Amino acid sequence: MDLIVPLTVTAFVLFGLVKKVRVFDAFLCGAREGLNTVYTIAPTLVGLITAVFMLRTSGAFDFLTELISPVAEFLGFPPEIVPVALLRPVSGGGSTALLVGIFEDFGPDSFVGRIVSVMAGATETTFYAVAVYFSSAGIKKIRHTLIAGLVADFTAVVFSVLTVRLFLN
Amino acid sequence: MMNYLWAGMILLSLLAGVFLGNPEGFSSSVMDGATEATELLISVVGIICFWSGMMEIAKRSGITDYLAKLFSPVMRLLFPAVKRDSEAMRYMTLNISANLLGLGNAATPLGIEAMKALRKESPLEDTASDEMVLFVVLNTASLQLLPTTLGAYRANYGSKSPFDIMPAVWVSSIAALVAGVTVAKTFCLIKRRTPSHQRKLKKHGRYEVWI
Repeated sequence: MDLIVPLTVTAFVLFGLVKKVRVFDAFLCGAREGLNTVYTIAPTLVGLITAVFMLRTSGAFDFLTELISPVAEFLGFPPEIVPVALLRPVSGGGSTALLVGIFEDFGPDSFVGRIVSVMAGATETTFYAVAVYFSSAGIKKIRHTLIAGLVADFTAVVFSVLTVRLFLN
Repeated sequence: MMNYLWAGMILLSLLAGVFLGNPEGFSSSVMDGATEATELLISVVGIICFWSGMMEIAKRSGITDYLAKLFSPVMRLLFPAVKRDSEAMRYMTLNISANLLGLGNAATPLGIEAMKALRKESPLEDTASDEMVLFVVLNTASLQLLPTTLGAYRANYGSKSPFDIMPAVWVSSIAALVAGVTVAKTFCLIKRRTPSHQRKLKKHGRYEVWI
């Protein structure tokens, strides 16, 4: 697992060379696009991370966590992950802000930190994807898409708890 | 939606700050939060740039097309009513493989083209066809081989091994995918049994049977 990143990088570069791609030029072009991505998400993250910070330091977060903990315990989830799970289908930036807050409080390699990481990796901003794809095709009646998408998200949440328990702790 | 959510977060934290105590920490949190966000962005910008560069190499060397070839049997199984070599099928497979590589910027336009092509094949006007629903569900399940941005955030907060969560991510993604596809297919099955839909099928001359 430790070698996976350098191996992937080497494989990409070698494969590019074999395919006669100008690898460094391609890299620069992509990296510029990456810079653009960060530039685009920066205002969203500043706004949302600030709001999450305010929620955390004011004590509102502890209060909410306390409030949902009976339900979370019933389902076998740590209560801290519930806000991330609820916000994830609605807002990518918002759930990233919560994720970062959890990393700060518990660390990314803690049980909770790992669960929210897996959750963030295995789910998508469902409402956004549904809106973009259907509106671009001019579809108004989306039938059972949202139900299926949200069932998928819920499954990912359940599995993120299960897999972290099984594989990592 | 985001407007109310964001405003609600701020209002709620003010109320809690006033009534739950710790007003000192609370008043500095506004500035701290903004600084934290900037620090985070600066520390992850390098990693995000680096991986975007890598993915561009992958794209130009045709890895996306290889993945598309690899996945076409699965896609044919999921979308039996879409012709193998049709425009819709080509865009859908390319979209899925771009998603697998984490090429979000490339995947979305491909997905939009796929939706437009699916709409051309569908007689249902402004109603989503079974294929469109399933395709969007595939996109919401977020299959990604290497979640690079997530890795960048984890590394920034001191993770010893930012990518050790990957097997767990894959398993959870696939479970989500299976659940989403099952729900979508079940709805289609139920719908096909209803008499009104049988009439509609006859009218449009579509007799393809779903799995």
